[in-house]
Amino acid sequence: MNFRFNWIWPFTIAGCLIPLLWLVFDIAYDNLGSNPIQALHIRLGDWALRFLCITLAVTPIQTFTKWRGMSDYRQLFGLYAFFYASLHVLGYLLADHYLEWQVIGIDIIESSYIWFGVLAYFIVFLLAMTTSKWAKKRLGKSWKKLHRFIYIAVCAAIIHYFWQLKGNLAEPLFYLLVIFFLLGFRALTWLKNRQPNENTG
Amino acid sequence: MIVKSQNDIPASEITDPLIFKQRRRIIKAMLATTIAGVGTSAVADDKSIGTNLPKGDFSGELLTPSPANLIKNYTNYYEFAFNKEDSTTLAQSLRIDPWSVEISGEVEKPGTYALEDVLRQQTLKEHIYRFRCVEAWSMVIPWVGFSLRDLLKSVKPLSTARFVKFTSVYQPEAMPRQRANAMLDWPYVEGLRIDEAMHPLTLLAVGMYGDFLPKQNGAPLRLVVPWKYGFKSIKAIVKIELLKTPPTTSWNKFSPGEYGFYANVNPSVAHPRWSQYSERQLGSGFFTPRRRTELFNGYGEQVASLYTDMDLRHFY
Repeated sequence: MNFRFNWIWPFTIAGCLIPLLWLVFDIAYDNLGSNPIQALHIRLGDWALRFLCITLAVTPIQTFTKWRGMSDYRQLFGLYAFFYASLHVLGYLLADHYLEWQVIGIDIIESSYIWFGVLAYFIVFLLAMTTSKWAKKRLGKSWKKLHRFIYIAVCAAIIHYFWQLKGNLAEPLFYLLVIFFLLGFRALTWLKNRQPNENTG
Repeated sequence: MIVKSQNDIPASEITDPLIFKQRRRIIKAMLATTIAGVGTSAVADDKSIGTNLPKGDFSGELLTPSPANLIKNYTNYYEFAFNKEDSTTLAQSLRIDPWSVEISGEVEKPGTYALEDVLRQQTLKEHIYRFRCVEAWSMVIPWVGFSLRDLLKSVKPLSTARFVKFTSVYQPEAMPRQRANAMLDWPYVEGLRIDEAMHPLTLLAVGMYGDFLPKQNGAPLRLVVPWKYGFKSIKAIVKIELLKTPPTTSWNKFSPGEYGFYANVNPSVAHPRWSQYSERQLGSGFFTPRRRTELFNGYGEQVASLYTDMDLRHFY
């Protein structure tokens, strides 16, 4: 079953833009509450993190369902994670700080929670820049190694999230649980593939 | 076996809504007489304390108050909810009438004072102060209240009184997070050094925007210490104790490395996890730079002398 050339594909592309439209609507109708700029950060950051989780969920789903051709979706969701993360960063620099670099610099240096956000974005940026078939060919074996950094990115994103909170940890804990399962799946696969080698040794 | 818990409210103690409204009117009438001395028709309608209140000595003339609907829907009231919106509705179940404040410890005249009696002695003024949260946002609030020092003086502190401890109401039946024993040790406790408590900037507020305090904003009586982070300004006060030794305060107990006893607003002392250099002013729109936070929240001229020779980085 090939998902690439059927009707699901364009709908997925459009569907991933709904959170953005929803946000634009809420901004236009002043629905973001007393601190709309913080609400903007949370909204965009949430969606970047959600798309990272969805991206990581594609491989396990493929394994369980034995569907073929889902790697295009993995790439699409990954690019959307990059898209929302970029808006999140732009929101911080422009909507919040209006490019006051001195304040931005001090804010980043003094806020350890932002370091994790910077790390996560740096990785996602690199992955997005090397997503093309051309880059994949050129990088050869190291492409796969590079793209495994998504695991670090998603962990950094969750730390970035909960490290800034004063109290309520319910939501970041939920993401932590999701990531635990997604990474746990990979750990199990890795262990399973490793065992025969050990036996032969 | 029937275990009678403290939470049981005898039916006789539940205030009839009619009597409640009557009491509010009585308080208002008393406030009107307090204010009448200034020669204005202060109580214009049944809803407000008065729009023509005299201004407090340190009220910011150049400060523009943040929109009231923002202030009323953005509160950290962890007894009700961990987010800032839900306490607006949840707090409405708080019982605030009748209300009394117990004053005890190192004072000549300890006792439990009904809020009406406290207010009868005090002159209410409007104090427009900037309020800076430890979470790096701020707003400007036109408080209605009186200086804490005036109340403390009336109960005659002893020379042994060196600290003041404030305790919030314990009403688990109305406060879901208290009921669940969530996060902090309840009831909420805050404290000040005696010289901080006696400073004329330090207020006990009963209203804002010419009206009584909304419940989510700390009704019926809250502390306002404008040069300190917002968590020092404890809400719904039921007890004030004058002590020889510093009290253990709620956030300090929860995370001593992050929330100090002093908690003075200071742009050059970062919270361990985030910067305090700038703040988002509520009401300011997108593409507006953040405000640079001022030392002592801009009240340095009045309070810096309290902290001379003190390492503010160590005593954060």
